[in-house]
Amino acid sequence: MPDLDINDLKAVWLSLKLASLVTALLLLLGTPLAWWLARTRCRWKGLIESVVALPLVLPPSVLGFYLLLAMGPRGPIGQLTQGLGLGLLPFTFPGLVVTSVLYSLPFVVQPIQNAFAAMGERPLEAAATLRAGPWDRFFTVALPLARPGLITAGVLGFAHTIGEFGVVLMIGGNIPGKTRVISVQIYDHVEALEYTQAHWLSGLMLVFTFSVLLLLYHFGKGRLPVMSA
Amino acid sequence: MSLSAEQGLQVLLSRDFGGFTLSVDLHLPPRGVTVIFGPSGSGKSTLLRCIAGLEPEARGCVSLNGQVWQDDHTGRFLPVHRRPIGYVFQDASLFPHLTVRANLEYGMRRAPSDKRRIGFDQALDLLGIRPLLERYPERLSGGEQQRVGMARALLTSPSLLLMDEPLAALDIALKREILPYLERLHAELSIPVLYVTHSPEEMTRLADYLVMLAAGRVRGHGALAAMLSNPEHLPAFADEPGVVLEAHVAEHDVGDGITRLDFAGGHLWVSLKPHPIGARVRCRILPTDVSLTLTRARDTSILNILPATVVAIAEVADPTQRLVQLDVEGSPLLSRITRRSQTRLDLRPGLSLYAQIKAVAFLE
Repeated sequence: MPDLDINDLKAVWLSLKLASLVTALLLLLGTPLAWWLARTRCRWKGLIESVVALPLVLPPSVLGFYLLLAMGPRGPIGQLTQGLGLGLLPFTFPGLVVTSVLYSLPFVVQPIQNAFAAMGERPLEAAATLRAGPWDRFFTVALPLARPGLITAGVLGFAHTIGEFGVVLMIGGNIPGKTRVISVQIYDHVEALEYTQAHWLSGLMLVFTFSVLLLLYHFGKGRLPVMSA
Repeated sequence: MSLSAEQGLQVLLSRDFGGFTLSVDLHLPPRGVTVIFGPSGSGKSTLLRCIAGLEPEARGCVSLNGQVWQDDHTGRFLPVHRRPIGYVFQDASLFPHLTVRANLEYGMRRAPSDKRRIGFDQALDLLGIRPLLERYPERLSGGEQQRVGMARALLTSPSLLLMDEPLAALDIALKREILPYLERLHAELSIPVLYVTHSPEEMTRLADYLVMLAAGRVRGHGALAAMLSNPEHLPAFADEPGVVLEAHVAEHDVGDGITRLDFAGGHLWVSLKPHPIGARVRCRILPTDVSLTLTRARDTSILNILPATVVAIAEVADPTQRLVQLDVEGSPLLSRITRRSQTRLDLRPGLSLYAQIKAVAFLE
């Protein structure tokens, strides 16, 4: 039996719940955004792409700091959530979800955008000449052709959310069962010199992350996004 | 042939790419194959795309048999998927994630079933693709992909079939494989076809009507035979294709191994053909294969000597050469001779003489 206590298991469960929810949201939001970015000739495209790519290069603590301010009682997001009667987001699970969505956005948008861009206009034109309307074309041609990109995006978004630490600590804090995810739990174990538990959880993360990468590089046709700023 | 304003395809279009402008005003026949012929970059494919609605920035009007697809005066613009067209792309553009069967059914299911004129089995047989149904496009040869692409377009039962250089990406052997299928389409279906090509061979084999395009403008259009015999358009054809004659097989002389073809202007002897008596064929005669004599030569090895009248004499790119337009009992013929021969024989319009034909190329 792995040497894990109830708090470790809660952390594992919380991480899985967070990553699943965030991945689902990211695919839902990221796919239309990627579609728009891949096809628009709007002059703001470069600006939007840069904003989406920011988490790739920004230190997580910088992102966390600004998000904390924005979600705080005097920040714009904080005022909005309070106005809607939702309270404040920092140090709550929904706050973690919002933060993770923003933080993992480029890992999801870029592979999908690349997939949409790579297929070009031609398959969609062919579908149009075969009587398929715009929505029909999107669901029966664009999405199936972008499948490798969507799979890569989903796996990367999930894995990246599981693995995040700095930004989670800043926004979520360290509340057992609510915001204490695996990476934070490992940190706590190490601080408390509980190396056995730290070994078990870290080993779990290592095996999980390695499996994901192996899946992507060896079996999948998907590619990692280009990490360009 | 005079057309009422309602019938046929009316196209009044311009598309500005900044630096290149396509600008056409055409009224095309409602039946048969219209070939849009011109060099690369002349705007042929763009014209086809505009008619299909794939270039929403094109300005103008498009209507087929009185049905308006685009009219800038009323702001009407029918989106591509609402136009009753079939489109065959140069690279087939099959959906790689679907089997051949699913590719074929994609358009067929979406087209209104009450207007279905071509059955699934009919299309399979016409293009010989029945053995390919369960395969994915990546497992097909280029020629097979293109045949599936044609069948896919036909299965939408289009009112107009648009074909954008469907053979250009194929090598010569594959072209030879597909051309007979195209000719069958031509012969068995009554769908009007717009066919874009820069190949004289495809043009002469398939066209009933010809539109010549250069630098985004229409340089001329008309029935194929009339266009090919018009010296004004000859520079565009270089030395090909010469004139095209519609003929039928009249007699086989098995002993000498020759076949007689009858056409409007007389008859031609060609090497023995397998076609039955009465079969309709197309053949073409290059201007360089036609020489002229003022008296009928008796001591010559040339079999085909036809009485003709000079209609016009045109200059060509090479200043030492002349192109002579002839009339053979109503059928057009062209002869390419030297300027010296023109002077020596004192050729001028109205002169009666004899055309000696060295070679007749068979197109079917």
